[in-house]
Amino acid sequence: MKLKRYRSKRKYEPILPGPREWPVVQLSRHRKEFLKEVVEEAYGRIKNNTRNKTALIEELETTLYKEKARIRQTPWKVDPDDEHQFWGKVKDELLEISHQKVKDEEKANKILLNIIERYADEIAGNFNTSHYRFARGIATFGFNRLLNAARVKKLGGFWSSELSMDDKIQINGEVDKLRNLAKKGTVVMVPTHSSNLDSILIGWVIYTLGLPPVIYGAGLNLFNISIISYFMNSLGAYKVDRRKKNLIYLETLKSYSTLALKKGCQSLFFPGGTRSRDGRVEKDLKLGLLGTAIEAQRANYQEFGNDAEKIFIVPASLNYHFVLEAPSLIRQYLEKRGQERYYVENDEFSSSYKIITFLFKFFTKGSDISVSIGEPMDILGNKVDNEGRSFDSKGREIHPKDYFVFQDKITINKQREAEYTRMLSKKIVEQYSIIARVFSSHLIAFVAFEIINKHNKKLDLFSLLRLTEEDLVISYNEFRSACLKIKVKIAERIKEGRMSQAEHMDDNIDNIIEHGLLNLGIYHSKRPLIKTEDGDITTMDMNLLYFYRNRLDGYGLEKHI
Amino acid sequence: MDMGSKNIFEKPIGVVGAGSFGLSVANLLAENSEVLLYARNPEALENINTKREWNSYRIHQNIKAIDDLEQLANSCDIIFPVVPSANFREMMKSLSPFLHPYHILIHGTKGLNLNLPKGKTLDTMQVLERHHIKTMSELIMDESVVVRVGCLAGPNLAKEIAQGLPAATVVASPFNEVIQIGQQLLRSDRFQVYGNPDLIGIELCGVLKNIIAIASGALTGLGLGENARSLLISRGMAEMIYLGKALGGDVRSFIGLAGIGDLMATSHSTLSRNFTVGRRLAEGETLENILGDMQEVAEGVNTIMIAKKIAESFKVRAPITEILHRVLFEGLTMEEAVQYLMKYPLNVDVDFI
Repeated sequence: MKLKRYRSKRKYEPILPGPREWPVVQLSRHRKEFLKEVVEEAYGRIKNNTRNKTALIEELETTLYKEKARIRQTPWKVDPDDEHQFWGKVKDELLEISHQKVKDEEKANKILLNIIERYADEIAGNFNTSHYRFARGIATFGFNRLLNAARVKKLGGFWSSELSMDDKIQINGEVDKLRNLAKKGTVVMVPTHSSNLDSILIGWVIYTLGLPPVIYGAGLNLFNISIISYFMNSLGAYKVDRRKKNLIYLETLKSYSTLALKKGCQSLFFPGGTRSRDGRVEKDLKLGLLGTAIEAQRANYQEFGNDAEKIFIVPASLNYHFVLEAPSLIRQYLEKRGQERYYVENDEFSSSYKIITFLFKFFTKGSDISVSIGEPMDILGNKVDNEGRSFDSKGREIHPKDYFVFQDKITINKQREAEYTRMLSKKIVEQYSIIARVFSSHLIAFVAFEIINKHNKKLDLFSLLRLTEEDLVISYNEFRSACLKIKVKIAERIKEGRMSQAEHMDDNIDNIIEHGLLNLGIYHSKRPLIKTEDGDITTMDMNLLYFYRNRLDGYGLEKHI
Repeated sequence: MDMGSKNIFEKPIGVVGAGSFGLSVANLLAENSEVLLYARNPEALENINTKREWNSYRIHQNIKAIDDLEQLANSCDIIFPVVPSANFREMMKSLSPFLHPYHILIHGTKGLNLNLPKGKTLDTMQVLERHHIKTMSELIMDESVVVRVGCLAGPNLAKEIAQGLPAATVVASPFNEVIQIGQQLLRSDRFQVYGNPDLIGIELCGVLKNIIAIASGALTGLGLGENARSLLISRGMAEMIYLGKALGGDVRSFIGLAGIGDLMATSHSTLSRNFTVGRRLAEGETLENILGDMQEVAEGVNTIMIAKKIAESFKVRAPITEILHRVLFEGLTMEEAVQYLMKYPLNVDVDFI
């Protein structure tokens, strides 16, 4: 499949007339009632999971232990002040129960309810229409100004409007279908995740395409900084705290997502869970939140039968020439892989200064970005048409309701749905590898790394990364001919519908290499690839080269080097 | 149990295929349920419905034979396809227009299917990749919208089951509900049912053991004794595991009922078709001759062709498979094959766990 080209100049009308129609507005208007539903749902789930009171008390104790450890080991600025107090109280109450001969189940239930209420309130977003407009306006205006200031190097450039975000960011792929489906049902966007910028970028994309705002889980650390927190809240984000890995938190989070989907809120998950640490396009997805889409779809069918609103899954790939956090991401990856050492979920955005420099660098200096919208599918990964009907690979229509039916009735079966989630995640990963657009910079990073690898066949990854400078020089001729060869192989795979590439890749090989060298990891202090004085190719940072090389991993290209 | 008076599910259970194993499965199911049996052959249909006997198997009163796949799919939510692997894709192509995602398919076919690029044959393929090779469950999912799929495997010699001797089987599926349904439907005083979530691994057990069954028949034909057979079974087991792992099976499945259990039964039983092929080859008959007068397919012959290519493509050690390939298709004699294996320079006993 070759992705259709959309010229960036195209403008999209909003698909829903006014904010009053947006489900997310409905949700925030009835925040209190909604949270009550979330709490009830989560309470039911956890009671179901912990069959008797002993198991429940054990779960509460585990949660308390983990939370205490979190507060001690990884405190963040965004954490509320009364955390010690709250968990101290939970501890006292649990202690009291442990002294009882006959454990008081009512009391344990009450503790559980308190914890869920606290979590639900923390997770819930605080969407506000006027804030949304304001925040979005500021974002677009600000970014455009910054862009012009950087690109148009003349006096008054800051106020020129020659360039806009549209020129910088291309959106390709199944845009029209996405817009159509957003009118027919509930869309769940599932983009790849490589940078903290993704949250902001995808928010902009959704606005540009005229889609109503989505709700999405954003890392709690992004809320550390008040200005970003303001933007995030305004844009419909709810908070996901990756440090909290206890059952009660996870079930509350899933309840929130399931109920929001049931209410028709367009949602967004980063199914990779966290930014890709090694630069690879995601191959293993986190199934928790993804499963809520399947659950919500089944619940819709149970309630409304054949008239139930459908949920559509839309993969998207965000493609960059450079990822600002790459050095720290790849370092974490290598540390973990090298020593299997526990690493702290760290917070690169710990100060406003850092994030502002990040954004400034990105929007002024970063080179082109593209966003590819993949083939929309139903909750089992079947293709859907513009009307939202599902079809199998032979073009026969499917009624997804039937996936939940046994002996003519819809049945609830968690294990079945867990298996469906796994199947869906495989389909999403397949789409990722098809729509991830190859840039010149990905090509040259891959080729250079693989040539060095080939010259040092006997070395394992870590020895390879520790090679000395003189072993890292590749002759330009070898490099050029390998690039050409891989380019041909990529073209073959594009023909078979297994890959896609950016338009600048249609150029001749010398221009592609030049373009790649210019753009690859452009603002890292140590460039992943440079030309030597003799015109050969070498790297200043092997780890970074490995990071960018990984973008083309998994296509079986390395055997052609 | 009060025979036939009560169904577990409201709808009848479907079986596709009236070969010996298809009939066994239908008879087992019929003890607990109404069964609709799809039979292509009009003579079989007639005999099953009127004489209640076919192919020297007695037919349970709860079985009704039909020749219409659409009717089968409309009447049954749960279907057991049991047709030879060579006909499986064609059967699925005819059945799948009538299937929906609410259908549950549990197959009992022990073979592999190839899905090669257009114009290619096994001989002209340089290297097989995993997606070229389909187990029957993968084929079902390829050809239809059914996802709740399972398989039956284990020491289930059709003739013994027909005599009412005690036996057991494995129902494998990633879906617990499929395993539970299989257990509810098949369990009886004389038939025990185990569950396993490793569908691919269990399918491969059933497929790969047929290779060893042919070799075991050859040992009998040559009169080489029980030490030799034990050697064959344990090395055969290792070979099955190497191949099975390469295709995505879990080692643990191979040491269960469907793996070692089925391997024992097939390697010792003179009733098995694959065993018979091996024995007659060792006695000097040609493959053409043997296959010519067999009533039903010996899956092992086809499996050896595919497994040999798999061993080469995935760089897996499979000396038994390779040497049998040379006997079947390259004119080596069984005696030469045995000599070759006895000289094979391999001496690690267990290296697959």
